[in-house]
Amino acid sequence: MNRILLSSAAVLALAAAGTGASQEPPAVQPAPPPQQPSEVRTTISSGDAGAPPRFAVPDFIALSKDAETIDAASTISRVLWDDLNFEREVGLIPRDTYATIRAATSMFDVPFERWRELNADGVIIGTVEKTATGVRVEVRLFNVRSRDPVFSKEYSGSVANRRLYAHTISDEIHQQQRALRGVARTRLTFNSDRSGERMTGTVESRTVKEVYISDYDGENQRQVTTNRSLNINSVWSHDGRSIAYTSYRRGPPNIFIANIYEGTSLELTKGTEQSWTPAWSPDGTRIAFSSTRDGNPEIYVANRDGSNPQRLTNHPANDITPTWSPSGAQIAFTSNRRGDPQIWVMGADGLGATQLTSESYADRPTWSPAPFNEVAYAARTGPGQDVRVIDVATRQVRQLTFGEGTNESPSFAPNGRHLAFSSTRSGKTQIFTIARDGKDLRQITRVGNNYQPDWSK
Amino acid sequence: MMRRTCCLAMVLLMAAACNRNPPPVARPTPPPPPLATAPPRPPAPPEPVAEPAVVPPEPVRDEKIASTALDDLNKNSPLKPIFFGYDSSDLSPAAGAALEENAAVLRRFPSWTVTIEGHCDERGTAEYNLALGERRAVAGRAQLISLGISADRLRTVSYGKEFPFDPGRDEAAFAKNRRAHFVITGR
Repeated sequence: MNRILLSSAAVLALAAAGTGASQEPPAVQPAPPPQQPSEVRTTISSGDAGAPPRFAVPDFIALSKDAETIDAASTISRVLWDDLNFEREVGLIPRDTYATIRAATSMFDVPFERWRELNADGVIIGTVEKTATGVRVEVRLFNVRSRDPVFSKEYSGSVANRRLYAHTISDEIHQQQRALRGVARTRLTFNSDRSGERMTGTVESRTVKEVYISDYDGENQRQVTTNRSLNINSVWSHDGRSIAYTSYRRGPPNIFIANIYEGTSLELTKGTEQSWTPAWSPDGTRIAFSSTRDGNPEIYVANRDGSNPQRLTNHPANDITPTWSPSGAQIAFTSNRRGDPQIWVMGADGLGATQLTSESYADRPTWSPAPFNEVAYAARTGPGQDVRVIDVATRQVRQLTFGEGTNESPSFAPNGRHLAFSSTRSGKTQIFTIARDGKDLRQITRVGNNYQPDWSK
Repeated sequence: MMRRTCCLAMVLLMAAACNRNPPPVARPTPPPPPLATAPPRPPAPPEPVAEPAVVPPEPVRDEKIASTALDDLNKNSPLKPIFFGYDSSDLSPAAGAALEENAAVLRRFPSWTVTIEGHCDERGTAEYNLALGERRAVAGRAQLISLGISADRLRTVSYGKEFPFDPGRDEAAFAKNRRAHFVITGR
């Protein structure tokens, strides 16, 4: 809510500032008197009631004529189109229809009447200029009817991460125009055998799995672990700066935390007993996981430095792969205490466990973010698994995949509107994303096999 | 409501201005600006866009963990693997017989220590199979203990479905992959 108001504030200041004050720093003004304008429209709506507004994103204008700036201008506008299109909150006018429209050369000669002919409600005009240290990117979203800029911002930084400008602009426009937390700057983590390296210390030939990360759209794939062992179950911390995962690097599986920007590592569990499937609490202070330290797989929770481990389940069956509710009050997990593996829910204190699913086989629960109150999981639907989602309150179940290969390990985007999962539908196991209504399937990985995605918060 | 939002917006604008990096200095209120005919410039200095570099949490390791002598021993291991039914960690008669032979070997070489690896076929899910593989390893371990092998010579580790012995996707391959594998780790 704060962010919406902040965005409105920026636009209001912009409307008040005018060209005369263009070189002034933001003016701090007293609250306006009651009769001051209350009709400033900061959001663009469609001409047709109920329909989403339609935006056009033509190529950004390269104010410097070197190849790098020209490429950056083109890349940022294309990625921005994709980012805005991902959430389906605004209609994106296809880029191949822009060819007949004269390109603007600056913010001041936008051919609004031509964009209106394409039924555009909004048009996003950007400029990219080379600077001594990198680039400056300026972007405005214009209301095509009123020709007013309703969003206006400047960014500066390195030209190397040009996609990040687009992701930032997309998230800010989604927030300002649709009050939506976009996911353009979020990331995925997963594990992969793509390096093809062999594990040391085993007689059988075994390929290592390392932890990787990528942008939400599959770009910028980077390797996180380099220990040439088995590294699985990777999950993002809520600040996006750490990844907890299970590693067999010392022999028995234990939970490690990689602080990916510091290059430091912490061992949450140590010893010869086995621990798997870490899950960060929503406030980031604790990690739930499964461990055999008392004889069979049970759910435990510890502080994020590994201190004060507490046992939450106490049952001779297998309890594994915990996930926290958004409030942190409950934990869902997989248990076979009534025979087949099913999703169970208990209080975060371990009390009051009840069975949530009634599948022939269900595993890897992932609780949705609020406002949804759902748990996604992999359900056996035939020879393999499909991704299903159960409403925790009504127990209503819906299915997102339908037998194309086997589909596992779902994870929600932080706004709950998409899920990532692994699927064998293209041959090897790869990471895909899909909208929460089952539409808009996208393949994220293509090299090697890739498993167990987790979407950053 | 709209008026309240405007007031709140202005207050928040002050907060937002303070959050900028570097914080802009508030100046005296300028006179009311003329009406805009062209789009004004953004109100704030350019926002820095940057992402830090990812640093691997550990150096690349290239350790030779096992001695070649142990590798040779495990390549032609006198300890037999045992196999399991679908979604099961129950010991079959064949598995029981193999475990008796393994117990005899371990009695003959009382200094050997063994890690029992539990494995699964690919049809279950990755996460639950970690638990199922552990059940299989523990079933083998419990039987060896009941046959008189000291518990402290026997460790277990579950690899779930991470390391199939046979990468095939038919029942013959699946049957080979639902196994407990005995690795000599000390002699």
